[in-house]
Amino acid sequence: MKRKKVTIDGNDAAAYVAHKVNEVIAIYPITPSSPMGELSDAWSAAGQKNIWGTVPMVIEMQSEGGAAGTVHGALQTGSLTTTFTASQGLLLMIPNMYKIAGELTPTVFHVTARSLSAQALSIFGDHSDVMAVRQTGFAMLCSNNVQEVMDFALISQKATLESGIPIIHFFDGFRTSHEVMKIEQLNVEDIREMIDDKFVKLHRSRALNPNNPFIRGTAQNPDVYFQGRETVNKYYNEFPAVMKNAMDKFFEITGRQYDLFEYYGSPEADRIIIMMGSGCGTVEETIDELSKNPDEKIGLLKVRLYRPFALNDFVKNIPHTVKYISVLDRTKEPGSIGEPLYLDVIAALNESMNNKNNPFEKMPYVTGGRYGLSSKEFTPAMIKAVFDEMKKDDPKNHFTVGINDDVTFTSLDFDKNFKTESDKQFGAMFFGLGSDGTVGANKNSIKIIGEETDNFAQGYFVYDSKKSGSTTVSHLRFGKEQIKSAYLIESPDFIGCHLFSLMEKFDMLKDIKPGGTFLLNTVYNKDEIFDKLPAKIGQQIIDKKLNFYIIDAFKVAGDTGMGLRINTIMQTCFFAISGVLPKDEAIQHIKNSIKKTYLSKGDEIINKNFEAVDKTLENLFKVDITDKKPGEIQIKDTVSSKAPDYVRNVLGKIIEGMGDDIKVSEMPVDGTFPTGTAQWEKRNIAHQIPVWDESICIQCGKCAMICPHACIRIKSYDEKYLKDAPPTFKHMPAKGKEFGVDKVYTIQVAPEDCTGCTLCFEICPVKNKTQVRLKALNMEPQLPLKEQESKNWEHFLSIPEFDRTVVNTGLVKSSQLFQPLFEFSGACTGCGETPYVKLVSQLYGDRAVIANATGCSSIYGGNLPTTPWTKNSDGRGPAWSNSLFEDNAEFGLGMRISADKHNEYAGELLLRLRENIGDNLVNEILNADQSDEPGIYEQRKRVEELNNKLKVMNTPDAEELLSIADYLVKRSVWIIGGDGWAYDIGFGGLDHVIASGKNVNILVLDTEVYSNTGGQMSKATGLGAVAKFATSGKLTPKKDLAMMAINYGSVYVAKVAMGANDTHTLRAFLEAESYDGPSLIIAYSHCIAHGINMEKAIDHQKNAVKSGYWPLFRYDPRLIDENKNPFRLDSGEPVIKLEEYAYAQARYKMLTKSDPLQAKKLMKLAQEDVKKRFDIYKRLAESKPNSEPETKSNSESKESNSITN
Amino acid sequence: MDLSTIYMGMKLKNPLVASASPLSKTLDSAKNCEDAGLSAIVCHSLFEEQLTHDAGELDHYLTTNAESYAEALTYFPEITEFNLGPSEYLEHINRLKNSLEIPVIGSLNGVSNGGWINYAKQIEQAGADAIELNIFYIPTDFEKDSTVVEDMYVEIVTAIKTVVKIPVAVKLSPYFSAMANMAKKIDNAGADALVLFNRFYQPDIDLETLDVFPNIELSNQWELRLPLRWIAVLHGNIKASLAATSGIHTHTDVLKVMMVGGDVAMVCSELLKNGIHRATEILDDLKIWMEDKEYESIEQMQGSMDYRSVSQPAAFERANYMKVLNSYKI
Repeated sequence: MKRKKVTIDGNDAAAYVAHKVNEVIAIYPITPSSPMGELSDAWSAAGQKNIWGTVPMVIEMQSEGGAAGTVHGALQTGSLTTTFTASQGLLLMIPNMYKIAGELTPTVFHVTARSLSAQALSIFGDHSDVMAVRQTGFAMLCSNNVQEVMDFALISQKATLESGIPIIHFFDGFRTSHEVMKIEQLNVEDIREMIDDKFVKLHRSRALNPNNPFIRGTAQNPDVYFQGRETVNKYYNEFPAVMKNAMDKFFEITGRQYDLFEYYGSPEADRIIIMMGSGCGTVEETIDELSKNPDEKIGLLKVRLYRPFALNDFVKNIPHTVKYISVLDRTKEPGSIGEPLYLDVIAALNESMNNKNNPFEKMPYVTGGRYGLSSKEFTPAMIKAVFDEMKKDDPKNHFTVGINDDVTFTSLDFDKNFKTESDKQFGAMFFGLGSDGTVGANKNSIKIIGEETDNFAQGYFVYDSKKSGSTTVSHLRFGKEQIKSAYLIESPDFIGCHLFSLMEKFDMLKDIKPGGTFLLNTVYNKDEIFDKLPAKIGQQIIDKKLNFYIIDAFKVAGDTGMGLRINTIMQTCFFAISGVLPKDEAIQHIKNSIKKTYLSKGDEIINKNFEAVDKTLENLFKVDITDKKPGEIQIKDTVSSKAPDYVRNVLGKIIEGMGDDIKVSEMPVDGTFPTGTAQWEKRNIAHQIPVWDESICIQCGKCAMICPHACIRIKSYDEKYLKDAPPTFKHMPAKGKEFGVDKVYTIQVAPEDCTGCTLCFEICPVKNKTQVRLKALNMEPQLPLKEQESKNWEHFLSIPEFDRTVVNTGLVKSSQLFQPLFEFSGACTGCGETPYVKLVSQLYGDRAVIANATGCSSIYGGNLPTTPWTKNSDGRGPAWSNSLFEDNAEFGLGMRISADKHNEYAGELLLRLRENIGDNLVNEILNADQSDEPGIYEQRKRVEELNNKLKVMNTPDAEELLSIADYLVKRSVWIIGGDGWAYDIGFGGLDHVIASGKNVNILVLDTEVYSNTGGQMSKATGLGAVAKFATSGKLTPKKDLAMMAINYGSVYVAKVAMGANDTHTLRAFLEAESYDGPSLIIAYSHCIAHGINMEKAIDHQKNAVKSGYWPLFRYDPRLIDENKNPFRLDSGEPVIKLEEYAYAQARYKMLTKSDPLQAKKLMKLAQEDVKKRFDIYKRLAESKPNSEPETKSNSESKESNSITN
Repeated sequence: MDLSTIYMGMKLKNPLVASASPLSKTLDSAKNCEDAGLSAIVCHSLFEEQLTHDAGELDHYLTTNAESYAEALTYFPEITEFNLGPSEYLEHINRLKNSLEIPVIGSLNGVSNGGWINYAKQIEQAGADAIELNIFYIPTDFEKDSTVVEDMYVEIVTAIKTVVKIPVAVKLSPYFSAMANMAKKIDNAGADALVLFNRFYQPDIDLETLDVFPNIELSNQWELRLPLRWIAVLHGNIKASLAATSGIHTHTDVLKVMMVGGDVAMVCSELLKNGIHRATEILDDLKIWMEDKEYESIEQMQGSMDYRSVSQPAAFERANYMKVLNSYKI
């Protein structure tokens, strides 16, 4: 039977089968498994049917725990059900997994195996998660590449139905889930033939059914639980045969034979590796290379079915000649004798010896090793090191490979120069910006090569840890031989550099093959290019005799209306010069693909792309390198020489892309890192930066307040600090008493940290009277200003910060004198969340402890190499931690309880030591008013005095108090996270925490979708908005989290939108923190996932408020005691229609284009909902406290409601 | 009394037609227009530029941040079917056509030759009785001379006339150096009617915010003067029908248009401001006036005061300055 060749990734392959063989799919987004759920949802939305002719129902749940519960329920009522997950998500499913397995329920969970959060979170691949569920009773089947993912997804479905044992079908996160590979796609007929409906009926016959009632899920007691647990044994004993049968049947249909264990290599091997996962392909490739030496007798045993562990099959597949076995685990189990697979192998061999089922003359010498944690590269060089180690008399056990462990010396040395990449394969690498479409074009190229030629093809893509100005590196392999290499290209034939400045970041030509091809996008022409190249690059081109091509892709893009999207242009260049296909044929394929991609988006876009393709070749030039000499330009250090040693030597290496070289000793043992490191990574990603026009500035501070990256700073200072100022340093007299008397005022930009988002320019309220397009801040090209403004910035930093104790915190203009202690994060350009986070750091950062839910804010807040949380000149600053996604409110509550306990205990110790310390100081400390900055300042002085006394007391109580005296200064506990956390996965905890009455401040950065994982619907998503899992628009209104919290009556609640009213935001933050109880601030956070022009984000925020969609309000329980209405509605009646707000955003507008009738219907409902809710708020605001007649104080409070912006 | 008139070959029961405006946006409102006595309805415009912009904009925002960050390779669900064409508009035309007895005229506002032709054909297929082209071009390009601009208009009309069988009206702006000659060129290109004149969004300035904002106000009665002049000049010199739009508020305005040679008078602002029932009142007043003055038909008065028929044709030619000079007599 002829089957289609497709070029897809592992997630696509798994979802393809899963969608065809299930009726219900319940999921929750988590990297790297999210695309499986998204694809399933999209297919169901498009009406694609399963093999029984019905469209699977896809539901997004509030957590993986919820997804597992739903899966369990659907299974128990007879539906064929699946889910997709990874990492912590899989861990949240564990309780249900025991139930599902315990009840012998057939299902397959498709898992993209990923690291677990331990000393740090990692989104990348290893087996830590799947190994943590090996005890649940689920069978475990591992696929090693994209083809196997598709095949095993089907094999496992057959096996689970026929055995009743649920299966974890897993494959390596990113390496397999995101690798694009040419594979043979199973036909619907193949799938149909594999699935025997008899077992589907059997599954349904076991369903809960009131027409045939029974109960399942009883409670059992000591008398029978044990026996009950043993009943399943025979099913597990029989399972390997069932699985084998499924594999054999699959072979009959497709010709691809799989086995429970598969051996590769010499039948007379003396040394073998046992492992599972994507690394197996690389081991096979290495064996092939090493076996060219006939003395090398080596092999690999691939474990396919890990649970149940089929002992006989295992032993049967190992050559009798084997003397040494190295078991490689892609996980870490601290404190164990060895990692799980290693222990299983030892036990299996031991048992086989005992059973006399022994093929070996002598028990093989078994060692265990760890490799590839968190997608650490696993290369032929490392594999050779493992084989070589086995040759030694005393091979290292419990080793690691791929790192340099200079602490416990577990690591094996390996020769980086050992490479096995075949000359018959072509390797191409492309360095680009995330925003220029490089990856998309390369995925497209590999698809063309895979599907339009007889080449095997593979694409793998490496992304940045920063969201703004992110870079991407694409790795494309193709050739006539099957591609087994599951590692990054080591010796490319072709390098494409899509942005000139990336040559400063990456040593990209280091490993290119001599005579290879280098394609550079540059504004320079072929005569001048050599002088403009960094000298090192020029030298490499000459030394390696590269074929050097240049194109000004931005010019071609500009001329053809493509803007900054150079993807099609660079793709055309690649095909034009790589020779992979005849040029004309390749161009036709590109055009076909453009047509296919943009078919639904109109001829205009297609034509623009066509024109770009045609114009490309006219602008592509080969540079003659004969007699060329490298220029004189030197690449600058990426990290300032002024940075601390740790930043320069360790974090700097990560910045330079040399993180793999960092030794174990250089890493912190417990995940603790210094703060204040982002300042040393000068990313220079802005094309334009704001330039201050002091002649018209009104010193309102709005620019600094809205700046997402803390790159616009304000200082008011004594004139004396101008003495050594650079000549271009700008200043003006400070206006207003808030800035002190006779002070000088400066607004300064950090030129190398600014992302060029323009929000400061957009929010600036002043217009130049002679040219109204100009404001008090104007965007100008960064490059010519970089040097000058860097010096100004340095001088600005040398000026002391304004005295915190005299800042008028209630005004935006003066609040911005507080130093941001959150700066230069990697958040998206123009991020809507970070201004709020930064505000917390300014107002309370020097005494804040922050619990941060996993999500965007934990990534831009804590992803290496450098992190934005920093400290002031006193060494104080926010202490920040990310625990998990689901537990953040509880995590923060723990911090509060801890602070309260220590404060209480410190108070007790103070009283115990009263005589030694002195009544006055003790009384002052215990009775201190710490409600404002001066109060905090005074308390700090008292505690300092206390500490000085305690240090010389030398008593146990004094020492005890000394260790916790800091807690006598009021701590500000902040719990920060996105709507995915607050509305969905963490809501139960959040609810409990606000009900606790404890003094925590909860900041919900509400982007109305799961932004970090790519825009999945949350319960915060608005009615009618399109999001993943709401392809046809969200059908239900946004959950009113604020009203739920208000319902307690004891929670301070505010809904804010800084872009709409910054004074209101500031007021809410101040009130929330001052409230001695739980506070909840829900902050409108515009986001790239809204599909908006981020430069106009402030307008969106304003319209959100003007339309009544996002009413601004505050609920302050303290007002009840004052017999005032605690609810204050701070924004007016809607003055624009909801659609004016909504249809300026692609998330709403796209529905008008995909389903206009649905869009109309939902917009009508959404508008009604806005009105209904606004009326409720209005009534609430107008209601009289305690139903008493309106008093004078009531009317006063009404007046004070108005906060003008 | 015969109020009927012929417009682009279509016999209309009276000369009062709803111009391209929100009046046609809903079926109810269009039906009200018919019930109020209007003899035809020109649909609100299909903006080709808007459709192209929507497509580009959507593509931009749905893909801009894609493939940049490992956890979020896309931010929106994959939707393969986007309805970026004019189908909603076409369905609306179709609905109007099926529900109304009066002729329905589609209106097309475009920017590119390809778009004009494509959409004109689709409007015809949707059942429209005629098409009104609203050629809307602000010639701000300093390098483009008037011939180029004029040729562009002619090319559009010629192209569309070759692809549709239904009549084609062309709605023009008055900003041509040689208006009469331009009208002739468009007439020669095959236009079945000239609609004089379209009203632009014009920039205004908000002195508080110092923003420029484009805006359109409802018309005033005095605005009729400009179409009156040009209909008077053109009538009898071109083959195409003539329609006046802008400034039609009362029956007297309709009468004036007819007398200078117009075939229809298009009304919008008056109905938006004072209700669709005003159409009935205007027509009633028209009849009363005609009875009073003993006119038997509209046809009778059509062109009775055009350039050729008045005693002082120079009045249509002179600009204000000339009048002042002439009135300065000792």
